[in-house]
Amino acid sequence: MGYTIEDAAALAERAKLRFSHDQLVKLTKDLNDIIRYVDQLAVLDTEGVPPMTHPHSFINVWRDDEPREGLTVEQALANAPDRQGQFFRVPRIVAGEAEE
Amino acid sequence: MAITDLREHNISELHAMLLRGDMSARELVGASLERIRRYDGTVGAFITVDDAGAIAAAERADEAIAAARSGATSGAAAGAAASAGGGAGADGLPILTGIPVALKDNICTEGIATTAGSKILTGFVPPYSATVAERLTAAGAVIVGKANMDEFAMGSTTESSAFHPTRNPYDTQRVPGGSSGGSVAAVAAGMVCAAVGTDTGGSVRQPSAFCGTVGLKPTYARVSRYGVVGFGSSLDCVGPIAGNVRDCATMLGVMAGHDPKDSTSSPEAVPDYVAAVERGADGVRGVKIGVPREFFADGLDGGVRAAIERTIARLEEAGAEIVEVSIPNVEHSLAVYYLVATAEASSNLARYDGVRYGFRAVGAGDVGSAIAASRTEGFGPEVQRRILLGSHALSAGNYTAYFDKAMRVRTLIRRDIEAVLAECDCFVSPTAPTTALRIGELVEDPLTMYLQDIYTIVANLVGVPALSVPCGLHGGLPVGFQVFGPMFGETMLFRVAAAVEQASAGEMRRPELEVM
Repeated sequence: MGYTIEDAAALAERAKLRFSHDQLVKLTKDLNDIIRYVDQLAVLDTEGVPPMTHPHSFINVWRDDEPREGLTVEQALANAPDRQGQFFRVPRIVAGEAEE
Repeated sequence: MAITDLREHNISELHAMLLRGDMSARELVGASLERIRRYDGTVGAFITVDDAGAIAAAERADEAIAAARSGATSGAAAGAAASAGGGAGADGLPILTGIPVALKDNICTEGIATTAGSKILTGFVPPYSATVAERLTAAGAVIVGKANMDEFAMGSTTESSAFHPTRNPYDTQRVPGGSSGGSVAAVAAGMVCAAVGTDTGGSVRQPSAFCGTVGLKPTYARVSRYGVVGFGSSLDCVGPIAGNVRDCATMLGVMAGHDPKDSTSSPEAVPDYVAAVERGADGVRGVKIGVPREFFADGLDGGVRAAIERTIARLEEAGAEIVEVSIPNVEHSLAVYYLVATAEASSNLARYDGVRYGFRAVGAGDVGSAIAASRTEGFGPEVQRRILLGSHALSAGNYTAYFDKAMRVRTLIRRDIEAVLAECDCFVSPTAPTTALRIGELVEDPLTMYLQDIYTIVANLVGVPALSVPCGLHGGLPVGFQVFGPMFGETMLFRVAAAVEQASAGEMRRPELEVM
């Protein structure tokens, strides 16, 4: 019992990655190998042990609420693969009539 | 005087030579660029070399040096150094003035392409610089280029770079280690005086072991991560790489300190790290050094083990007290790491969508398809594998069994380390289980590749600092000796490392570079 190709395909869909059938076969094997390895943790007794999310426990790190310079629109858009005016341009999101 | 190999002198010596006028910063930086031109076709340490920017920075450095020599205080340079915290020498000239350094290519540099070794960041030119880059520049350092790395710092060989592999300067048929392989190789090859890498599971220390450099993973939160491409945010640290312990300490003194732009950075005061190096071998007198028995079990190469044990004996001769200790849960650290690191990576790497910057696949239909196509074409196989594993660990049905479980075992490992450090001032181990591997030896087997990190990842899981220092050669290749210390205990690491360096000096040799 382990990961199936269908499981890997579903994960890939959620992660927004696409694979050929051959790639999925290889990835399914890799995932199963790694998951079998990490399953060693299952036998450890962690009852009452708190999870460690971070090496430090800073809580509520504030800074003064002062206005400061951010990126300009031109700087923010300088790396855009596609733009239109002051906007990032992407392919159509909602089906509808063609653009002008 | 002419310098060709930048490792002939340490940074303090170069600083004095620049101030005396033995050479100019322009000459020193010129030597760096010339060495890169001559050898980087073979080594492949760099993704981008910024000749023009480096020369301009060197000319500014020469102006600051001229001002310091004439006795006039260079207001701008001195002020910048003061704000950089520990950057200025007693002579009023910031300690890194005119010193050529390399930055790993996951550290943002305004106006210089930053790729993280990935096709998905092709063409990305950051509109701002990482705080660590700004601190180095404020202390006078000259950034000559951006160093090669495993894609998104995920790897132990620098073979997963989307651009080209890097070769080990000691043997060009071997890998430099990874993921900061370019930064380390540039230092080992004498192309730069020092470099900056990132270490999420050993990515500064393991390549330092393979290439005979000194590499430090500082305490978590010691160095700002603002402007550094995120991988595993509870693990990532930015660390210095240098040709000797003193230069590594000098670099950390400039890099460390609180940054209001990084809410995870620590306000803890920055001590004088260089002072910790001054005592040499005598620095370990009376220091209690733990040797965890789990780090000397199966899987450790015999030659590496012999070099480490010889070094431990020398530390004892120098006056250290050696005690055997145990970290019972360390055997689970790799499993914990590959759940935590991949879960955090899958979250961090969700931002790469081809919409705002970086690579966008052409010809996809709607926006969802465009994002999936961009990620599919833009990420390499190891990155995709880790995103999938992380998505698995975080998905609703698996969260408790995998991610939550891993975080609890992480606490058990931390308790083990705290117990050891309550008993000892520091503890030591090999940095890597072997010397440098042959190119291609590991690429096909992810689990074996992950085992490269077996001795290093515990420091990232717990947050403590750890350093790799060369302790000799085995089969002509460097062996790395690793020292772990308490949180914010970098001075202890430098003391022990200085002693190791002095005790091993007779056995190290520098790489002999060839032009292929």
